[in-house]
Amino acid sequence: MSDDVPPGGAAVGAALELHRVVKSFGPVVALRSGSLRLRSGSIHALIGENGAGKSTMVKIMAGLYRRDSGDFRLRGEEVDFTSTAQSKAAGIAVIYQEPTLFPDLSITENIFMGRQPVNRFGRIDRRAMRVEVGRIFQRLGVALDPDRITDGLSIADQQIIEIAKAISLDASVLIMDEPTAALSGVEVERLFSVARSLRDEGRAILFISHRFDEVFDLCDTVTVMRDGAYVATTPIAETTVDDLVRQMVGRDVTELFPKQDAVIGEPLLEVSGLTSPGVFHDISFTVRSGEIVALAGLVGAGRSEVVRAVFGVDAYREGEVRMLGTAVAPGRPSAAMQAGLALVPEDRRRQGLVIDAAVGGNITLAIRRRLARWGLITTGIENRAARVWASRLEVKTHALDSVAGTLSGGNQQKVVLAKWLATDPKVLIIDEPTRGIDVGTKAEVHRLLSQLAGEGMGILMISSELPEVLGMADRVLVMREGRITAEIDRSDATSENVMFAATHSSEAAA
Amino acid sequence: MSAAATATPAVAKKKAFGGVGRARELGILAALLLVIIAATVKNPNFLFSTDGWRDLLLTPSILVLVAVGQAIVIITRNVDLSVGSVMGLTAYLTGRLFIDAPGIPIIVVVIAAVLFGAVLGLINGALVAFAKVPAIVITLGTLYAYRGINVLWTGSDRINPSDMPREFLGLGTQQVLTIPVLTIVAVFVLAIAAWYMRNTRGGREYYAIGSDPDAAQLYGLKVTRRVLSAFILSGALAGLAGVFYAARYGSISSQAGSGWELDAVGAAVIGGIAIMGGVGSVWGAAIGAMLLMTINRALPILGIPDFWQRAVVGVLIIGAIVLDRVLAVRQKRRLIEARDDS
Repeated sequence: MSDDVPPGGAAVGAALELHRVVKSFGPVVALRSGSLRLRSGSIHALIGENGAGKSTMVKIMAGLYRRDSGDFRLRGEEVDFTSTAQSKAAGIAVIYQEPTLFPDLSITENIFMGRQPVNRFGRIDRRAMRVEVGRIFQRLGVALDPDRITDGLSIADQQIIEIAKAISLDASVLIMDEPTAALSGVEVERLFSVARSLRDEGRAILFISHRFDEVFDLCDTVTVMRDGAYVATTPIAETTVDDLVRQMVGRDVTELFPKQDAVIGEPLLEVSGLTSPGVFHDISFTVRSGEIVALAGLVGAGRSEVVRAVFGVDAYREGEVRMLGTAVAPGRPSAAMQAGLALVPEDRRRQGLVIDAAVGGNITLAIRRRLARWGLITTGIENRAARVWASRLEVKTHALDSVAGTLSGGNQQKVVLAKWLATDPKVLIIDEPTRGIDVGTKAEVHRLLSQLAGEGMGILMISSELPEVLGMADRVLVMREGRITAEIDRSDATSENVMFAATHSSEAAA
Repeated sequence: MSAAATATPAVAKKKAFGGVGRARELGILAALLLVIIAATVKNPNFLFSTDGWRDLLLTPSILVLVAVGQAIVIITRNVDLSVGSVMGLTAYLTGRLFIDAPGIPIIVVVIAAVLFGAVLGLINGALVAFAKVPAIVITLGTLYAYRGINVLWTGSDRINPSDMPREFLGLGTQQVLTIPVLTIVAVFVLAIAAWYMRNTRGGREYYAIGSDPDAAQLYGLKVTRRVLSAFILSGALAGLAGVFYAARYGSISSQAGSGWELDAVGAAVIGGIAIMGGVGSVWGAAIGAMLLMTINRALPILGIPDFWQRAVVGVLIIGAIVLDRVLAVRQKRRLIEARDDS
């Protein structure tokens, strides 16, 4: 760590400045010390691992969160937004990773909602809106029908609408939170040329990305964050990918993701030709005993949808799922569980836990039928069974009676894991195992997964964190836009070829 | 040839996207006409008599007012189950004012009732918007609470036609060029509401909030204030409906307007308002109200026993929801296919 603030002395000429901003949610500190300085006419990159505090900072600038302490200045003046409307009015436009549009309304309405041009009688001037959209779309080179509703649009097109929105806002500060995550090469190029022309108009642009090539291609300055704090700001010309990675990680990657060697045995889970129109196509893969298979790819590539279908949560139209050679009935999680599958979902709070229930009850949720005596179940029975797993996973809670929602993210994840391990699965599917978990617990989760593989369990792991994928997986499957575009062995996997497969179609990757 | 071939699908697509909503309203209008024609064929007096024509227009007018308010609330992904009770209270208030303040101008009574309804709506809206409790629970509560107040206030008393001035009761039956005054007022209110919902920021924001409340928050829309205003509007329209109820029926007990909330929700749903908000128009809700009331009158003429009449309404509501669902799924599939093609 060099300094804890960006260089440059006084805030003269800064379009937007954050200085030692702190934000916590209850006991969880999301942002320890966020600092950032954006200049007009510049494209500034913000990079850091997941959980580094980037999104929290974006949400503070967007007026969605209020900071606990620290300075936030816009064009030299102290600001404190209490709503997104205020942030918008101050000239800050935010393009979120996942577009937030109104599915039932037309593209034009989505672009202008809340600030439509009106005449003297308050009547919306539709013609003016249409002309403006035509102008923006021409500039962006988009051929979308402005009158169609946004439901069913691809993420790339939704992203374009978000950008059109920001342009029509005439924002002086434009924040793009991983805008390229779901875009194809051509679309990225188009976005970049737009970003450059916006920069040349004197706007300040913040560009958040995980892709170094994009950062070096587009940005002139880069700020690195790690574990909720500012690390360094450097002009792009004075840094290298290696430097940035070192700043981002701040530790040895291989040490953190210890996959021990395990004997890889017979195939457990075989998926062939799984298809759900518009969601994923022709998905085939195998998970063997003792093996950790990572499902890599960008947000929106359809990975979670595939595992939901495999586990029987969602239906699929074609294909087959087999466990130990026997077909698993589609569309029924109970059948999948019986066959020895377990799914630890992505969204812990909503899908993984009964958030208001006790830890003990959560851990035993999936084995209640087995635990019941004469059809009845008591807290005593629950806690006896839960204790075994809670202690094995070192769940940090003083009592099994504590409510699950009060635990930290890492401990919640352990509870969800304990719940599924209690069912004694043969294949564990785990969606984003360490999202939003502190570094220490992360390592524990990784050690546990590795141990389980060593005991002969097959593990299918969805992960958006490249170091995790590269460190843990015996085999990496990469998905892009609902298809598997690459299958890479542990020895061959690099962040470059995984990322390439995640962002290019399979023909190009081959 | 090739130019025509490429142009045609684009036009067809555009129609499909823009036209779904309007087609829905035309469908319900066709159903209404069918009912009217069938009943008229069976008994020409249904349409071609002074009373028949008047009843056809007059009977749905009050429900149209309530349904318009209900539609706006449902479009914001809420629901107002208290409208029947609000109507009852304002109808009683109307009679009470004429009794307790003899000679009070009719317009003052109308304004007082509308304001009273708005206040009751404000209570609903405030509870929903600030307490963050689902509207269905809050307004179910106020449905009973408002009715309770009504019973407490009215007791076993009732307002009789003789308690109210003749000019006021005349409002309920008077016609201008064979069109009842109540219908004219209802259509006037409907037209303003439809214009507002379609052409103003406020109106479009109701749709936006119902379409995706989280996105509305991110857009910086004033969600709380909007939801509040929808409930106030619904209350005010139910208040106006209460006055009309008093004028039309003359006798008002403590049970006036009970059950109307379900007719109002039914009218909105039949008329193509999506129960999850964001879709539909107040025109649709108004036509739905007309269909609902007209069917009730037509079925006896068509010789369908009393017993079946409620069931027909039920089939209509379920049919409308299933139809909307099917249309939505088909449209979604078409949109995805259009995307995959491009």
